[in-house]
Amino acid sequence: MSGIWAGMVEAFLLVWSLDADLIDITLRSLKVSLSALVIACAVALPLGTWLAIRRFRHRRFVIATLNALMGLPPVVVGLIVYLLLSRAGPFGVLDLLFTPTAMIIAQVIIITPLIASITHQAMRELWSEYHDLLISLNTTHGQRITTLIWDGRRTLMTAALAGFGRAIGEVGAIMIVGGNIDHVTRVLTTAIALETGKGDFALALGLGVVLIALSLCVNLTIHSLSRTEREGRW
Amino acid sequence: MIRAILFALICAGTAIQAETLRLAATTSFNNSGLSDALLPVIAQDIGLDVQLLVVGTGQALRLGQSGDVDAILVHSKEAELAFVEAGYASHRREIMYNDFVVIGPSDDPAQVMAATSAIEALLRIAAAQSTFVSRGDDSGTHRKELSLWAAAGSDRVEFTSWYREVGAGMGASLNSASAMKAYILADRASWLNFGNKGDLALLFSGDPVLFNQYAYLPVSAERHAHVKAQAAWNLEKWLVSPRAESIINGYEIGGEALFVFNARP
Repeated sequence: MSGIWAGMVEAFLLVWSLDADLIDITLRSLKVSLSALVIACAVALPLGTWLAIRRFRHRRFVIATLNALMGLPPVVVGLIVYLLLSRAGPFGVLDLLFTPTAMIIAQVIIITPLIASITHQAMRELWSEYHDLLISLNTTHGQRITTLIWDGRRTLMTAALAGFGRAIGEVGAIMIVGGNIDHVTRVLTTAIALETGKGDFALALGLGVVLIALSLCVNLTIHSLSRTEREGRW
Repeated sequence: MIRAILFALICAGTAIQAETLRLAATTSFNNSGLSDALLPVIAQDIGLDVQLLVVGTGQALRLGQSGDVDAILVHSKEAELAFVEAGYASHRREIMYNDFVVIGPSDDPAQVMAATSAIEALLRIAAAQSTFVSRGDDSGTHRKELSLWAAAGSDRVEFTSWYREVGAGMGASLNSASAMKAYILADRASWLNFGNKGDLALLFSGDPVLFNQYAYLPVSAERHAHVKAQAAWNLEKWLVSPRAESIINGYEIGGEALFVFNARP
């Protein structure tokens, strides 16, 4: 118990002193995970919606695969991205290994199936409501997808936040493709792993508290910006 | 859309290119805190931003083999010589040394403290079947431990549950040993800088067989044309300079020197 208390104190001291390294790695965590989130959403939201409204032959198989990919082990994704981006791999010439970009790529792969899957579940219900209306208006596929995404934006926000949560707390993949290089690819989770390795549990836990607080702040900000949980808008 | 994303990705990736060099170094170099003392001075003296990848010796050699780093700093002589032999590095330069130590619970159930050699110390642990944590990650420390067991004539296959391979870095393995009150082979630097010693104590050291040499190997530019050979050479020149000597020899924790510089200029 005293260990947890020491961690709390350490977290408070870190934030209070506005430690330059802490700000650096916190901003990098945010930058990497938010970039990954934006890219993943750009792919997953239309994809999930499209899967909900479109009927085609292997639909069931595609959806089952997508659901299975939600549990993609980050460490395996990291290894595959590493092998692709390594100098000895097919994309080696891009020189992307051990850069924040490599970390973004890995996180996009991890969270896109998750967001697409939740989107698909939500959109399926919405589509059964909107089906007759949108068909009778003779809308194009593009218009249907846009309408559904706009009207289902609150549920989609949950999908996006789930993706963000998985991205910001992830350590296995970004440790492999980012390399945890100080001032270049070190983020909160890899710093926690490093400090744990040094046996400095108080600092590691302090960073953990900062990470949880950060995640909470992002969630609250997005909620307040999109005005959910207000009167008459449950 | 896809093209725009790819373009943005590539821009983001190349935005950070001052004079940098990627160095894969062993966990002990970083866990000991020596890297934090050296890297700022290197940046100041030769304007080189060394990006440190902290991995085990096995993985460091792999990174060098595929050309993902420009140089490596490791401690496993046979593996290094094989690396040079295979043409992945042009040469191997010895920089400094420290030593391995046997760590264990302070009440010392296996009586390791009475041992007269490292091999005897291990044999005592095996005879008492006291819990022993092995790195198990193909690092320099792990290879040293395996060579000691081999020299002791013990067959690891016959070891029962007291021998535990954790497959982790030095710090994480020390954490495990601390929690299990187990014996472990560690390098002195990592041990002294370790923050969670708990009930563990340094029980045996000083046998010449526990000598631990660190060497610097620049990745061969003949094999990988993209490596920063000039920067790697600049770093090597700095690492064998009197300036590096004074910092390495002067680096202490709790009044105890951790590394001894032994590069020939």
